[in-house]
Amino acid sequence: MATTTFETERGYGVRRVLRQAIPYVLLIISILPIVVGYAWVIIATFSHRTQGLLPVDGEGNFGGFTLQNWTFLRDPEIWRVTLNTFGIAAGMVVGVGFVSTLAGYALSRMNFAGRKGFLGLTLALHAFRPEMLLIAIFFVLLFIKNNIPLIGKWFGFNTVGGVALVMISLDLPLGMWLMKGFFDNVTWDMERSALIDGASRFRVWWEIILPQIKPGIAALAIFNFISGWNAFLIPYTFTIGAKVSNLPVYLNRFSEDTSMVAWNQVAAVGLFSLIPVMIFFVFTQEALLNIYGGGAKGGV
Amino acid sequence: MEVELENLSKRWGSVVGADSINLDIRDGEFVAFLGPSGCGKTTTLLMVAGIYKPTEGFVRFDGRIVNQVAPKDRNVGMVFQSYALYPHMTVFQNISYPLKLKKIPKEEMQKHTQQVADMMGIGHLMDRKPAQLSGGQQQRVALGRALVKEPALLLFDEPLSNLDARLRLSMRSEIKRLQMEMGITSIYVTHDQVEAMTMADRIAVMKEGHLQAYATPDVLYDRPRTLFIAGFVGNPPMNFVDVEVVRENGDYHARRGGFDVVVPPERGEKVVGKGQVILGVRPEDITIADTGLPGEIYVVEPLGRDDLIDVRIGAAGVHVLADPELGLKIGDTVQLNFNAHKVQFFDPQTEMSLLWAN
Repeated sequence: MATTTFETERGYGVRRVLRQAIPYVLLIISILPIVVGYAWVIIATFSHRTQGLLPVDGEGNFGGFTLQNWTFLRDPEIWRVTLNTFGIAAGMVVGVGFVSTLAGYALSRMNFAGRKGFLGLTLALHAFRPEMLLIAIFFVLLFIKNNIPLIGKWFGFNTVGGVALVMISLDLPLGMWLMKGFFDNVTWDMERSALIDGASRFRVWWEIILPQIKPGIAALAIFNFISGWNAFLIPYTFTIGAKVSNLPVYLNRFSEDTSMVAWNQVAAVGLFSLIPVMIFFVFTQEALLNIYGGGAKGGV
Repeated sequence: MEVELENLSKRWGSVVGADSINLDIRDGEFVAFLGPSGCGKTTTLLMVAGIYKPTEGFVRFDGRIVNQVAPKDRNVGMVFQSYALYPHMTVFQNISYPLKLKKIPKEEMQKHTQQVADMMGIGHLMDRKPAQLSGGQQQRVALGRALVKEPALLLFDEPLSNLDARLRLSMRSEIKRLQMEMGITSIYVTHDQVEAMTMADRIAVMKEGHLQAYATPDVLYDRPRTLFIAGFVGNPPMNFVDVEVVRENGDYHARRGGFDVVVPPERGEKVVGKGQVILGVRPEDITIADTGLPGEIYVVEPLGRDDLIDVRIGAAGVHVLADPELGLKIGDTVQLNFNAHKVQFFDPQTEMSLLWAN
């Protein structure tokens, strides 16, 4: 040990504690606004009014706890809206997941005419903001509704299916690129080995390759679930009325009303809409971290 | 199973993977594809496996053209350099996967898998995942998986490259013994000439997509057809010296400033008067003696059993294997004796042997 200073044991110890503490202090300070925000949401949902973080009653005294903000749960409409929201989110998880894993595999592993052009084009298309496409999409959905029997009823304008369809197609480019990247990381040897072992191409994809990219699929699923759950612009534009509305649109209506905005109620609905995302995240997080290793040293 | 490759070529646009490969493999034979990386040996192997479709030519199994036959219907087993084990499956699931795909009844599958695993010495590791195994154990799983369906043809793609030197040695003899016992026709791709020499019945030497030679290890070693083979096969590699062969008083001399070796007539007469040629001689065919060609020691590399000595004779340099007991040092002058019955001659332009080309 080469110490050049003459510090006492104690002085040195204090310094070390400080050095370890500083990052924590900085991190806590920087995260504080967010924590305070969430704290307010939770407190606000259970009180009449708030002053800062303090719940207060009509006279401004501490207290005034109430469950009144949660009465919206008794309204059957909220459950309808929640179901719609879930439908859009689940539709995105399944739709984007299904198409992306198939398309990503093809783009990563197969050689076909137009492959490079397709890759470039999808990337370029992803750069377009959905807002730019709203009017065009409106006409497409209207066309589907009026001209295609059966499908039009479920996936046309002013349907949950239609909203899901639009959301899926807007998220597909990213999903395919993401999945292609994950497939690229699986060695060719493993695929060749399975082919020689006697598997068909589809079986190789399903039994050998997909399990390797589970973390990628989970990441995509989480991403899509959250963006489907929080979708606002597309459902707001292409739906009319509570029957096909989703939670963010429902939430928006509170602040649109001509009367005073009931912020505590907005907070309650907001908190309510957070719960499923939290639950979903808890379950998929493990899959995200569960990354397989070993079994393939070196190789191509 | 007999395998025959006829004019087999693989090209990707202007990139040539393999160019007109012709060779035949007898039933039960162990053949090595030997060459530096990028020489097309793996490409050829993958065409035999059915992973690559040949651009031209044919692959025949027992006389039947199999170009269009899918890998799964070729009845081949393959061991990869990366092992290519399925990380999400246990050892049992890995080995039994080919049987599962063949829809073999569960009981029989279990029995057979256990049998193969026991044979490979990994019968007690059935419930482990590949990541929980050592490199050697992974290698055995890969080998077991290739063997379990009792293939008619076994393909090895540099299977020992990722093992440490000691394990490589023991796996080498193990694979050789297994192959002999089971009598399965095998193709073994390697860049390690020692592996090829020790394991194979015949060796196909490849370079830049071309088949350079296809012969037994002895023939490759003693009668190399090209300069490339002479330099690639053998360790330490053959020495090459530019010389001119002249006839003087009935003797053939291979000469170059300060370098003068008398060559036996049956070799000398084939190269006399051809101007400058390349003389090749292996380090073990040069001995240090009391009299002979004088040279100065440039470098001494102890190999343990021998010392590899770089000796300068005029402008030429040759490697010589010497007894460490001699205690040779850099700067010493030594006398060299050449085993002239083993010297090779090559044309510097065509790089073909002047002794065995035809």
